[in-house]
Amino acid sequence: MQLLLFLILGPLITAFFMLLVRSERERDWIVKLSALGIGAVTALLLLTLFDKGLLYYAFAAESTGLLMFFIEMAIAFFILYLGIKYKNYLVVSLILLQSALMLYLEVVYSPAIDVKYTLFIDQFSIIMALIIGIIGGLICVYALGYMRDFHRHNKDIPDRRNIFFFFMFAFLSAMFGLVFSNNLLWVYFFWEITTLCSFLLIGYTKTGEATRNAFTALWMNLLGGVAFALALLYLAIQPAPIMGLNEILASGKAVVLVPVVLIGFAGLTKAAQLPFSSWLVGAMVAPTPVSALLHSSTMVKAGVYILVRLAPVFQATFSGYVLAFIGALTFLIASGIAISQSNAKRVLAYSTIANLGLIVACAGIGTYEAIWAAILLIIFHAISKSLLFLAVGTVEHQIESRDIEDMNGLIMRMPKVAAMMVIGIAGMFLAPFGMLISKWAAIQAFIDAPFGFIFVIILAFGSALTLFFWAKWLGRLLVVTPARENLETRIDLNIWIALISLAGLTAITCFIFPVISGTLIEPFLLQNYGNFARLSQDNIIIMIMMLFLIVLLPLSILLPRRKHRQLKPYMGGMTTNADMSYTGAINIKREMKLSNYYLNSWFGEVKLRRIGIYLCTVLIGIMFIMAVYAGVIA
Amino acid sequence: MISLIGIAVFILLAPVIGGLIAGVDRRISARMQGRVGPPVLQPFYDVGKLFEKEITVANETQRFYAFSYFVFMIFTGALFFSGGNILLVIFALTLAQIFLVLGAYSAYSPYSHVGAERELIQIMAYEPMVILTAVGFYVVTKSFDVATIALFDQPLVLFLPGIFAGFIYILTIKLRKSPFDISTSHHAHQEIVKGVTTEFSGPTLGIIEVTHWYETVFLLGFVYLFFAFSPIIGIIAVILVYLLELVIDNASARVKWQFVMKSSWAIAAIVSVVNLAALYYLRMV
Repeated sequence: MQLLLFLILGPLITAFFMLLVRSERERDWIVKLSALGIGAVTALLLLTLFDKGLLYYAFAAESTGLLMFFIEMAIAFFILYLGIKYKNYLVVSLILLQSALMLYLEVVYSPAIDVKYTLFIDQFSIIMALIIGIIGGLICVYALGYMRDFHRHNKDIPDRRNIFFFFMFAFLSAMFGLVFSNNLLWVYFFWEITTLCSFLLIGYTKTGEATRNAFTALWMNLLGGVAFALALLYLAIQPAPIMGLNEILASGKAVVLVPVVLIGFAGLTKAAQLPFSSWLVGAMVAPTPVSALLHSSTMVKAGVYILVRLAPVFQATFSGYVLAFIGALTFLIASGIAISQSNAKRVLAYSTIANLGLIVACAGIGTYEAIWAAILLIIFHAISKSLLFLAVGTVEHQIESRDIEDMNGLIMRMPKVAAMMVIGIAGMFLAPFGMLISKWAAIQAFIDAPFGFIFVIILAFGSALTLFFWAKWLGRLLVVTPARENLETRIDLNIWIALISLAGLTAITCFIFPVISGTLIEPFLLQNYGNFARLSQDNIIIMIMMLFLIVLLPLSILLPRRKHRQLKPYMGGMTTNADMSYTGAINIKREMKLSNYYLNSWFGEVKLRRIGIYLCTVLIGIMFIMAVYAGVIA
Repeated sequence: MISLIGIAVFILLAPVIGGLIAGVDRRISARMQGRVGPPVLQPFYDVGKLFEKEITVANETQRFYAFSYFVFMIFTGALFFSGGNILLVIFALTLAQIFLVLGAYSAYSPYSHVGAERELIQIMAYEPMVILTAVGFYVVTKSFDVATIALFDQPLVLFLPGIFAGFIYILTIKLRKSPFDISTSHHAHQEIVKGVTTEFSGPTLGIIEVTHWYETVFLLGFVYLFFAFSPIIGIIAVILVYLLELVIDNASARVKWQFVMKSSWAIAAIVSVVNLAALYYLRMV
């Protein structure tokens, strides 16, 4: 109990300190110590509670609930003010609607609502807490170095780092609250805080584009918030109000299907599934630590967290299959779009959307095998994706570009950072690394589920697409160009700390994943589903053999041996110089330039996204209709 | 489950069988074109000669990639012939293939670069069908383990006719046969010189050749699984399939990559949906 409260309130206290700091040194130390503290407490949480199973905590909620309500209203006024100021009437109307719903709920129904347990913890919450605490903490440390460079590079953007770090830590606090809350009113409160934090962080630079994209993120998430509020109201007006996550899971499917689908819709908006993918892509305008935070340990993970929590309700319902189908389609389409992108951050964004789609698909199917796959995906995706974002951010500051084409031969210019990027990319799609293990689990889960073969087929095609865009990026990094200046000397120490830790985590989690699965995921599944999935012993041994091979083979480069005679690449008989330039027509010296395929005519963003938006909007409509049919009429 | 004998036999015999297949392949192809053709052992002479040459490189990392390609291809085949999990086999195959692509990328040469991009397109084209073949095996036999699939007592091909056809289609890509030899080929004529292998030479190229022999044997093992209920029929089927690939190779001209991609995906989608849906339907009835 104390640990949970510490994790919720600790980052919040740090956040307020961030507002007060006056010097960079102060900030450096407070951030580092807080990150260390949060990380240590999440580790303590793991050590003390991993074998305790599900624990509930009662908490004198009366006054806290009221305080939360007032904060919600204050946030609503703030958003209302910004909405009017920037003349964004969509946001204004959504926030008015949402506040009206919550006000009505609070005044009329709240006295009758009594949730016995406000907080809880189980193995899944511990996993989420570890992700938020460790990865989130590392991203904050990284942000110290990054933001210093950021303001050195962008003199025209006002330095509001105090506010920036305030919201980074507030974000972590809200995420902890979200994964520990059993009372849905609390979940909703933290949900809205994450919406607000992401909105303000995306708009940090206050440029026109940033403001526009921040408002896109805001209205989409507010739409989800409205659905969430509706769900709460629906639950509150029941003869016996249901307000605890545990009560929802314990009650009959028919009673809670409609509100669960409404919350599921909120999850779809937060997890940036089609048709709501554009906010996450737009969020790329924010400084890189924000993107890393949004993509790996917070925000989008809140969306899939709630879906995975509610998965037992979705299981074997028609609405659940439609939800799974939305996720699967998002996986396929977003992976396709990623092929056509050359901006590294956009590739990462679409890959996040795609992987979240896979998690949503698993949650919609909701069998124990699917949930096993979903949780593995959450873990491995968080680690690899944060590493990739941070690496791209570091490269961007050194080469002044985030275009993959400009990363040609990065291994020659920034060998260490490039190596970490390679680890991150390999972690996303290659055996024997994490994401591939998860995809394997997903194949197994889909194929055993009813109608599962449709999902397996989509998965097979989607992963071929992901393979293409990751491999061509990997290839571009590993081109051995003529020697160039090393650009790594100017990188801040804080950045190295974060990068090295995450690269280490990517590798280590692959080795210890059977342990993670055995001590955390399997007990969780056993408790909620009465059954659990795992890889067989043989396969784990083979995977570990592959890991050793893949770790040992690169080391062979270090072995001393004689150098081989180097020949210049074949240029069709053209005479080239050492820097791969040649004399072209009318004696002009040209440099050879190679670039990747982007297959724009097939995988163009505009076209594919339009298809995805239409299809998924229709599917969401069907999901609601079927939920109402099964939950109310039938 | 893992049989060490399978692993040992594969590692020792696969290059011999693969090399012989390559020799017979060249001989039959020559006859189809009205030539006499080289001796059956010619591929071994060729590779032997490659290993006698000086090691020259475009860069030092190249040899590492070629070697990794070799190691993981053996790993793939060994896992397959020891009866391991077929999905894991496919993932290992992809890993091996990616190493070859990275080797081609690393060279900073236009021809090998285009080869690398095309190789990736090929992988993207055939990969779904390979996974769906494994899925088909699972739906029928309830197992992903090659050992169990091979012991299934009924002819798998009768349950999976569509998936078998789809697999044969992409096998042409995997064996680097015309009309789908867009990233590199065994023929002298090739619009991108030698594609992925342009910048590999001497013993390094020799390693890649031997790897290809291993791969051929492994792929034919995959074909065999469809007929594993009877070893004799299985071996005959494998021979017939290879002959069919030879005919296709000699009777068709290379197509553009767009066609490779579109047709493979269309066929994979149609056959897998129809075949898997039919299996599910039959089970429900």
